[in-house]
Amino acid sequence: MDIRHIDADILILGGGTAGCWAALCAARASAGKGLRIVIAEKARIERSGCLAAGVNAINAYIGEGRCPQDYVDYARKDAAGIVRGDLLLSMAEGLNESVRALEALGLVILKDETGGYAQRGWRNVKINGENIKPLLAAAVRAQDSVTVLERVNVCSYLVEDDTILGAVAFGVTEKVCYALRARAVICATGGAAGLYRPNSPGFARHSMWYPPFNTGAGHAMGILAGAEMTSLEMRFVALRCKGSVAPAGTLAQGAGARQMNSLGQVYEHVYGLTTAQRVYGTRQEELEGRGPCVLRVDALGPGEREDLYKAYLNMAPLQTLRWVEEEAAAGEDMNASSLGVAVEGTEPYVNGGHTAGGYWVDSRRQTSIRGLFAAGDVAGGSPQKYVSGAMAEAAIAATAALGYAREVVLPAQEAPGASFAAIFNEARDFLERPGALFTVEQLEEAMQQNMDEYAGGIASGYRYNDAQLDRAEERVRELTHLSGGLRAPDMRDLLRIYELRERLVLCRSLIAHLKARRESRWPGFGEHTQCPGSAASGLRYVNSRLEKGEIRIIFRDLVSEGECYEHSD
Amino acid sequence: MSIVIEQESCNGCGRCLAVCPGALLCANAKGRAEIRYPADCWSCAACVKSCARGAIALYSAPACGGRGGLLRARREGEILHWVISLPDGTQRTISVDRRSANRY
Ligand SMILES: Cc1cc2nc3c(=O)[nH]c(=O)nc-3n(C[C@H](O)[C@H](O)[C@H](O)COP(=O)(O)OP(=O)(O)OC[C@H]3O[C@@H](n4cnc5c(N)ncnc54)[C@H](O)[C@@H]3O)c2cc1C
Ligand code: SF4
Ligand code: SF4
Repeated sequence: MDIRHIDADILILGGGTAGCWAALCAARASAGKGLRIVIAEKARIERSGCLAAGVNAINAYIGEGRCPQDYVDYARKDAAGIVRGDLLLSMAEGLNESVRALEALGLVILKDETGGYAQRGWRNVKINGENIKPLLAAAVRAQDSVTVLERVNVCSYLVEDDTILGAVAFGVTEKVCYALRARAVICATGGAAGLYRPNSPGFARHSMWYPPFNTGAGHAMGILAGAEMTSLEMRFVALRCKGSVAPAGTLAQGAGARQMNSLGQVYEHVYGLTTAQRVYGTRQEELEGRGPCVLRVDALGPGEREDLYKAYLNMAPLQTLRWVEEEAAAGEDMNASSLGVAVEGTEPYVNGGHTAGGYWVDSRRQTSIRGLFAAGDVAGGSPQKYVSGAMAEAAIAATAALGYAREVVLPAQEAPGASFAAIFNEARDFLERPGALFTVEQLEEAMQQNMDEYAGGIASGYRYNDAQLDRAEERVRELTHLSGGLRAPDMRDLLRIYELRERLVLCRSLIAHLKARRESRWPGFGEHTQCPGSAASGLRYVNSRLEKGEIRIIFRDLVSEGECYEHSD
Repeated sequence: MSIVIEQESCNGCGRCLAVCPGALLCANAKGRAEIRYPADCWSCAACVKSCARGAIALYSAPACGGRGGLLRARREGEILHWVISLPDGTQRTISVDRRSANRY
């Protein structure tokens, strides 16, 4: 295997929404200074991460008559208090600028009669989001100072004395190992999917809402390097269209659909309107025998159904295929009739873009590892980010990373250290091993089944108790051990081994977090059956660090807006 | 959920291989595109939209309610024509203009 050495001033891991935007901001802010900005991306930036298929709206925007604090209040309420006020406020302050910047890149945004953005509620603007990622990618590619390494899977940090030195990556299609050195690193690898058994396992296992290629790499690298993580136990469960797993928001907020049970009763107000309560309500209705729950749109005029189909083609095309198939099966033109879509909860994700799980960062988005910053769905404490919030965070992280990088001198070219050699040798072992009893697929299935049954997945109605979590933890350890004996016939298979191992690392921390929170603050996202309801003592963060191979839980007091949080211990 | 690639229509240009976010597509011995990990497809349709020959179609897995329909895409300037072919031989085209925002 070849070894390629690449040095950067700013190294960005993951070229998704946050990664691309961080690169653009850093490039613009340092124009003419000769800085080297490198993005390392496992896919290709034109279609990668959450935005690969397109998105339906910009979900975070401060509409007319509202202010950033309103957004903070909304996000705090939705997360039942477990948010970082400092992070939310600085993110909210950057939302509208992000949206304007997207429009400047060519994103089509719907306007009202006065020329302002047509709003869907006070926080959403309507767009054509099909080409949002190609637009971002084109802007990145136009920057001379940005180099994009693609089909490169980052799998480990290089850290010394709690300070980042760079990262190690492997080619996905080429037999190359990358030794990436940098003054500052921004982690933007997104959230984590595929930890739990999905709604349709087997052949359809990747029909999941969150991108299955976002595997928690950034989290795992951080955990193994001793970074502090926060709120992983606030998992995200999405309510999505059954089968296609397409977002339901377009139907609910856009087309005014009502969510009802099989008796035709609108049930939402019984359970409450936070994201977690909506999921909880749907699950309860089903458990109590009033399923399936559907989103129903009664009054669709002629042509409106076609518009709905188009909106879905722009972000989740399979849902439109499904509708057309249904129409054909019903044998009639249903253009003017009502429309009902069954909804269900997904498997849980770790997703700092919707909930609060991810890296514990200071107010400037620096993690507890010096010189390592985090933005987007991988960063914790600041839920309800969506596209524009991920960008706002990326802008903050880019500014901070530039400031940090200025003070750091890269050592002259040196032979890769011991930790690099260990990572390189491990990969070589996977590639050269003559045979293995188990496959990645088998171990992944076992991991997902274990999490599903014992760590609050779909099968257990998102519920768990201590004894189950202990079993889950034990099995994750065993599977981690077994994964060390896997075999990779080529580089694509090596990628798969890393993806599995990342998920296992994150699962272990997630289980520890679920156990540490002695309450059930977000019932739709998970319930600890021994600790029902919220506890007053629960109003604090559950954080963790891997120390000497064991996970140490750290409880921290809430940080509110107006405070500037710095790492001190 | 996954895709099918019609071998007769594929000219081996490699666009779909380059674009797939999961690196699931490879060139086969004849230089044509093939999905190496069919069960790992996320149905994002990036490959479908990238293929100028209309050789790639998306379908729903039976476990996700699929009924055998195929979804292809053809680009014409700013317009993306989505063509749905149903098992009974009927077709339906829905054309989306990139320049107009979602109504919903
Ligand atoms: C299906 C879906 C629909 C959504 N719809 C909307 C919407 O309509 N409106 C809205 O505002 N928000 C929406 N969101 C949320 C929004 O898209 C995300 O919050 C945001 O894009 C997150 O940005 P990110 O950069 O953190 O993650 P991503 O954009 O996913 O980027 C992560 C990147 O890291 C790369 N990566 C991962 N691991 C590695 C590794 N080991 N090495 C190298 N690269 C790696 C990935 O390939 C990817 O490119 C949606 C999300 C999803 C999943
Ligand atoms: S884009 Fe179409 S023609 Fe080109 S390799 Fe892929 S399937 Fe073949
Ligand atoms: S639909 Fe998306 S995930 Fe599936 S093969 Fe095509 S590009 Fe890859």
